[in-house]
Amino acid sequence: MSYQGKFRVWRGDHASGELTDFTAEVNEGEVVLDVVHRLQATQAPDLAVRWNCKAGKCGSCSAEINGRPRLLCMTRMNMFTPDQVVTITPMRTFPVIKDLVTDVSFNYVKARELPAFEPPKDLAPGEYRMQQIDVERSQEFRKCIECFLCQNTCHVVRDHDENKPEFSGPRLFIRAAELDMHPLDTRDDRKETAQAEQGLGYCNITKCCTEVCPEHIKITDNAIIPMKERVVDRKYDPITWLGRKIARRDQLSNQP
Amino acid sequence: MTDHARYTRREFDVVVIGAGGAGLRAAIEARLAGKRTAIISKSLFGKAHTVMAEGGAAAAMGNANSKDSWQVHFRDTMRGGKFLNHYRMAELHAKEAPDRIWELETYGALFDRTPEGKISQRNFGGHEYPRLAHVGDRTGLELIRTLQQKIVSLQQADQREHGDAEAYLQVFAECTVTQLLTDDNSIVGALAYWRHNGEFLVFDAPTVVLATGGIGKSYTVTSNSWEYTGDGHALALRAGATLVNMEFLQFHPTGMVWPPSVKGLLVTESVRGDGGVLRNTDGKRFMFDYVPDVFRKQYADTEEEADRWYTDPDNNRRPPELLPRDEVARAINNEVKSGRGTEHGGVFLDVSTRMSAEVITRRLPSMYHQFKELAGVDITQEPMEVGPTCHYVMGGVEVDPDTTAASVRGLFAAGEVSGGMHGSNRLGGNSLSDLLVFGRRAGLHAAAYVDALSAAPIASDDTVQAGVTAALEPLTVSDGENPYQVQADLQHTMNELVGIIRRPAEIEQALAQLEELRKRAEKVGAPGGRLYNPGWHVALDLGNLLLVSECVAQAALLRQESRGGHTRDDFPGMSAQWRQRNLICRLDANSDRESVTVTQQPIPSVPVELLELFDRSELAKYMTSEELAVLDTQEQSGDSGAA
Ligand SMILES: Cc1cc2nc3c(=O)[nH]c(=O)nc-3n(C[C@H](O)[C@H](O)[C@H](O)COP(=O)(O)OP(=O)(O)OC[C@H]3O[C@@H](n4cnc5c(N)ncnc54)[C@H](O)[C@@H]3O)c2cc1C
Ligand code: SF4
Ligand code: SF4
Ligand code: FES
Repeated sequence: MSYQGKFRVWRGDHASGELTDFTAEVNEGEVVLDVVHRLQATQAPDLAVRWNCKAGKCGSCSAEINGRPRLLCMTRMNMFTPDQVVTITPMRTFPVIKDLVTDVSFNYVKARELPAFEPPKDLAPGEYRMQQIDVERSQEFRKCIECFLCQNTCHVVRDHDENKPEFSGPRLFIRAAELDMHPLDTRDDRKETAQAEQGLGYCNITKCCTEVCPEHIKITDNAIIPMKERVVDRKYDPITWLGRKIARRDQLSNQP
Repeated sequence: MTDHARYTRREFDVVVIGAGGAGLRAAIEARLAGKRTAIISKSLFGKAHTVMAEGGAAAAMGNANSKDSWQVHFRDTMRGGKFLNHYRMAELHAKEAPDRIWELETYGALFDRTPEGKISQRNFGGHEYPRLAHVGDRTGLELIRTLQQKIVSLQQADQREHGDAEAYLQVFAECTVTQLLTDDNSIVGALAYWRHNGEFLVFDAPTVVLATGGIGKSYTVTSNSWEYTGDGHALALRAGATLVNMEFLQFHPTGMVWPPSVKGLLVTESVRGDGGVLRNTDGKRFMFDYVPDVFRKQYADTEEEADRWYTDPDNNRRPPELLPRDEVARAINNEVKSGRGTEHGGVFLDVSTRMSAEVITRRLPSMYHQFKELAGVDITQEPMEVGPTCHYVMGGVEVDPDTTAASVRGLFAAGEVSGGMHGSNRLGGNSLSDLLVFGRRAGLHAAAYVDALSAAPIASDDTVQAGVTAALEPLTVSDGENPYQVQADLQHTMNELVGIIRRPAEIEQALAQLEELRKRAEKVGAPGGRLYNPGWHVALDLGNLLLVSECVAQAALLRQESRGGHTRDDFPGMSAQWRQRNLICRLDANSDRESVTVTQQPIPSVPVELLELFDRSELAKYMTSEELAVLDTQEQSGDSGAA
């Protein structure tokens, strides 16, 4: 059941690089990352790649396979026919460090710009009460494994470095939405901040981010669109604002 | 200095090595105590092993069953560890875990909820009541992200207050520590290299908190990632600290066995906690045949009773699938060896006949995903194939339970890298809570140590340059041994010869092979330069793997009994005499090459008021008659304290 597969792997650093041809054994049940590891162990010991969990849980192994942003560890070789050439390139939106490893610090910088969770002042640890149904919306976004494939895919920055200072990207939009929908976060300006400081306005809802998310988070429908819509609502409607606060107080309990 | 051995220096109060749960919690505490704190990790920020934890974090909050308390949690932990745990660590852990979990909610964590809106708690092996706080089966992700985001929030506060987000907390991601720097048995810093460019940096600091996790990469079949090469264990040894009980390794009973590419990948214990059952190829629920005497009172002996337990735990005993992990792993191992395993060397773990597809995908989403995408198996329709996988090391740096201080001044250790807390076997869910409880303590006491210092010397240039030159060595070897091959051979040695069931002749063979591997490791070469060069990184990790493997093998050879994560073919039972002894590893000062000596040391005796939490008949299964006699006199003289 094994065969010799054909691979083209981008090799190089920030200055220059090229696609390099390899032939490597492929066995039943393997994923692309297995083949990259085999290349390291037998042909190219310095081939740079990131990985940790090998189970789609840590978001380290993001790259592009035949042009499509994917996790190397969750892409099974049986997606390809044995005579098909599999081309592996680094994520395009981020500067290359070496081979398949890119500099993803952009994402961490943007994360630091987003105001953190602000806990309710009148609740001690242990006193938090929230209903499952109310935490579920935010939990969807907290499934994010920070693979940054959505950031890599979004056309606002994919070939437009010039937009990076203004635009935080879908990963950070879902973070903003998560906090906005968090039953006990006390800030009420999450949407306004997303608009004013994260560059939410650049997004024209193409849904490309949602399509590549390995966690199947409905980034556009469940985070971006609600964040865009309700910015308009709340800016002009004091009743909505008040209603929101009242709903929120219902969650609290003084019982430890 | 030569251009070659160039490095830069940075100054900190507390250097935390490791960005998993233990490291991040330690760093938060050190920063809250006003200390300039560095966090160093081999991977990107947020990718440490903790992210992979699935099932949950154990804490006796009593949300699901109000009968739960720290005493019950303590008792379960001691039982799980077969009474070899450091009682004081188990006590602190049980007492403080609830506060540490609640605190996470104030950082923004969103655990699954009970109908009353409290944190939901699930059943797990060895825990008497539902006790694991969880988020589906991605609890580790929630934990690490929450701590990561708390760190960002502290950096934001520092930005507002000092105009510099990194004034008190700085993260060095993809940066590997190769050496702890000491002076007169005190920490003065750490030497590290950036993975991205191979440049070296020195952290000048009077304290180091080790939070580097485990050693699973010394085995072929493991649930652990490339990071788990025992770096912290080896760094501690070389700095002069001691390791305790390295023979105890946890083989998790349920790893994936097919296809080969995913062999060893974890199948969370929640599958069993939520109702999954184990069957052999005859269709038999074989765990009923493997309930050991010490656990007979707590586990069901019929399928009917076991099944009733899920809905009526007060009136029925638990299913034997939920025995501590060492028991289940040995049972599976035995079924497979006896010819009742699958063609791929596993047994069946089934939820498909026990729960509806909807319940399965809701409660076990990432398991569903993992089997579907990696094995082409739909767990709502068919059973999983599972077998044991090397998962966790109970042994680790010997620390003071209250302060987490190691025997080298200024060195602290928390999380998987530390030893003692879990005895001979860790209960599921007790690691995540351990990280928080002892991570916090490590940060707190490292800060207090800094406050009490009068002078903070730094490492000499000569010492640092020697360290840099040694680390660069593999890059200068042409036509050397292939580091990946040496690593694979080492893993094979440990897997085959110091695995679940241990035989002295095989362990000796392993030690001889390790000796050969060490010679080969000295000759490894890493072509390709300093820029993000994984071959070079593997070459540098080899020395650590060799050292920890030697610790495991030597201690395994010495301990003549079977207990928890150490099973000797020739001594199948527990020995009350051996329970009184810890095995301590230290570097052999008299050897001209790096090697380990192992010595015996009495374990601290458990205070009477804690022993009173157990029936005397239960203690009699673990303790010598002398110990029991002492206990009886103490109790009679009313020494026990009313608490
Ligand atoms: C698949 C899986 C599932 C699990 N599920 C559970 C569960 O449900 N419940 C539970 O309680 N436990 C579980 N565990 C165990 C638990 O996750 C780990 O024991 C725990 O996360 C270890 O945390 P830590 O903080 O000690 O180290 P880690 O999270 O492993 O972090 C170690 C850190 O040290 C860094 N490091 C290591 N060496 C160096 C070096 N030389 N230089 C610089 N940095 C270094 C690494 O980069 C990393 O950042 C699970 C483990 C696995 C593998
Ligand atoms: S939907 Fe918006 S954020 Fe997502 S890819 Fe399109 S433009 Fe980018
Ligand atoms: S939202 Fe999805 S695609 Fe984006 S970083 Fe998170 S997991 Fe990756
Ligand atoms: S290695 Fe963790 S997601 Fe691929």
